[in-house]
Amino acid sequence: MSTLEIRNLQVTVETETGTKEILRGVDLTVKSGETHAIMGPNGSGKSTLAYSIAGHPKYTVTGGTVTLDGEDVLAMKVDERARAGLFLAMQYPVEVPGVTVSNFLRTAKTAIDGEAPKLRTWVKDMKSAMGELRMDPAFAERNVNEGFSGGEKKRHEILQMELLRPKVAILDETDSGLDVDALRVVSEGVNRVKDNTDVGVLLITHYTRILRYIKPDFVHVFVDGKIVEEGGSELADRLEAEGYDRYVGASA
Amino acid sequence: MSLLAQKNPEATAGAHTDSAAAFVPDQSRAERKTSYAVADFPVPGGREEEWRFTPVDRLGGLFSEEGSTEGAVTVETDAPEGVELLELAMDDERVGTAYRPADRAAVTAYAGTERALLVGIPAEAELDAPVFVRVNGVAGRDNAHLVVDAGRHSKATVILEHRGTGEHTAGVEIRVGDGADLTFVTVQEWDDDALHVAQNDALIGRDGKLRHIVVTLGGELVRISTNARYSGPGGSFEGLGVYFADAGQHQEHRLFVDHEAPHCHSNVEYKGALQGETAHTVWVGDVLIRASAEGTDTYELNRNLILDDGARADSIPNLEIETGEIVGAGHASATGRFDDEQLFYLQARGIPEDIARRLVVRGFFASVVARIGVPEVSERLMAAIDTELGGTAAQETATEAAL
Ligand SMILES: Nc1ncnc2c1ncn2[C@@H]1O[C@H](COP(=O)(O)OP(=O)(O)O)[C@@H](O)[C@H]1O
Ligand SMILES: [Mg+2]
Repeated sequence: MSTLEIRNLQVTVETETGTKEILRGVDLTVKSGETHAIMGPNGSGKSTLAYSIAGHPKYTVTGGTVTLDGEDVLAMKVDERARAGLFLAMQYPVEVPGVTVSNFLRTAKTAIDGEAPKLRTWVKDMKSAMGELRMDPAFAERNVNEGFSGGEKKRHEILQMELLRPKVAILDETDSGLDVDALRVVSEGVNRVKDNTDVGVLLITHYTRILRYIKPDFVHVFVDGKIVEEGGSELADRLEAEGYDRYVGASA
Repeated sequence: MSLLAQKNPEATAGAHTDSAAAFVPDQSRAERKTSYAVADFPVPGGREEEWRFTPVDRLGGLFSEEGSTEGAVTVETDAPEGVELLELAMDDERVGTAYRPADRAAVTAYAGTERALLVGIPAEAELDAPVFVRVNGVAGRDNAHLVVDAGRHSKATVILEHRGTGEHTAGVEIRVGDGADLTFVTVQEWDDDALHVAQNDALIGRDGKLRHIVVTLGGELVRISTNARYSGPGGSFEGLGVYFADAGQHQEHRLFVDHEAPHCHSNVEYKGALQGETAHTVWVGDVLIRASAEGTDTYELNRNLILDDGARADSIPNLEIETGEIVGAGHASATGRFDDEQLFYLQARGIPEDIARRLVVRGFFASVVARIGVPEVSERLMAAIDTELGGTAAQETATEAAL
């Protein structure tokens, strides 16, 4: 049983025009087995929240705390956070030329587990996870994210989630840019990990579409750097009907 | 008159890709002087086109006309049966047929050398192991000349290794017979204080194939000029290079592919990494397609990865085309900084920073290392790169290699 606790998180970023305040006090608790959806308009700070939890150097935490099972996440390096059990499926996965998917996955798995996986079971696990995500086996020998289509990048992110088995996974707009078929495949992947590992999920999305496949236990509306409303999955239905206008108007 | 035709397979014209920067110099490469007479090349002051990137003040000794210091080097050879290994006087008819000094250091090397070493691959021989020539610099000045003569339809790999210290100026002369397939590798793993200026001239016969591979890791100042010519149609030159410069090192690689025979092919790929504030690398890739060289297909690429602020990579592709009847001619040159987003992505998957850095740098070199195709060279090279990056990589390396 794991708990990711975010308290009054405040984050700034340096821009050409000076320091910009993006997160203005975020409070959120994600426990094992729970699925939280964070929904909000573009530019509201959703990716900033995800990156700040993962430790991207561009973002400066100016206040608040993040803990995983009581451990101070903000004091950890990026790789330590991942080894502690956090995972971020990125909105824009990065290309790493010359590093094959299979080499990358194995190096990551070895780092997370603290030992190299048994070759035979590892190859089998990788193949079956790729098969279920409808990824061609030839993918394993391609360079990480290089020349991948948008959909392929997102499948590759979920493949990593399946193989690395995090305690808490943050999925940043994993649904955006996917057609219906790809959305279904990716959602099934997330649901498989949920069923098999009791992972806590923080699902960041702009649209309600993915919530038809991945059922959230909680929905948080995120506007202008903070959570402005919380509810159950019925809140998503209301957002679907009404959009964000109400909140955006209120905060402005 | 020059016609400029370009194909550009590099679709990724990123922020620091500069594919169109080739310039046609005031003087054609065709007019660059070659001569055996030392007096024909004045001591460079550093402003000359071919010396403008080189710290010539450090090369004063090598520019002087001087013989080798007694015991300056030891040379070991290791060759499979059937390979001819001979010491030849410089006036032997087998010396100099494919070689003409093209700068001051090359001409003093030639003038200062007493005996050349010949590696002869008999016609139609197919070697099952590489020939090694291991040069170890002990102290002082050395002039050297190596002749590699690959007989008609032979197939061989010759590896020239440089280690140790001292001041070295050398000529390498490579004759690729008709239909022969030669891989020649020159490895510079000098100590930090060695100076090394070499000219490699290759003459490729009809349908002959040369893979010329340059690996430069050590030395204070290393400058390798490679000139490829074709003596008949259908020849192929593949020039591959890998270099890794640390603080205080100057590594310079100059290529000149002279297409005069028709239907020949050339492809150059050099990749370098620079680490440490004062690391400096230079890559100059000249390609000349003469009016007679119809059906030429050529492409050259140089990429540099800057790991630390203050390191400097100069990269100058230069294409002169005198006929429109060609298959293709193109080039790309790019110098980029180490990408922190790649590092973040790998670290976000639990991979510690040092291993992540190593993965990225290895990945940068991967395409060219894969093309080297000589396990004796590529394995050592990867291990050497890991060492350059600091760390004992044996364990991860083994896991990475396993898949
Ligand atoms: N690295 C950055 N540099 C400058 N501005 C940034 C950076 N990251 C985010 N921002 C700004 O912060 C705000 C929130 O961005 P982001 O977190 O990406 O929002 P969302 O994911 O909700 O669309 C936007 O106004 C964006 O322009
Ligand atoms: Mg976003």
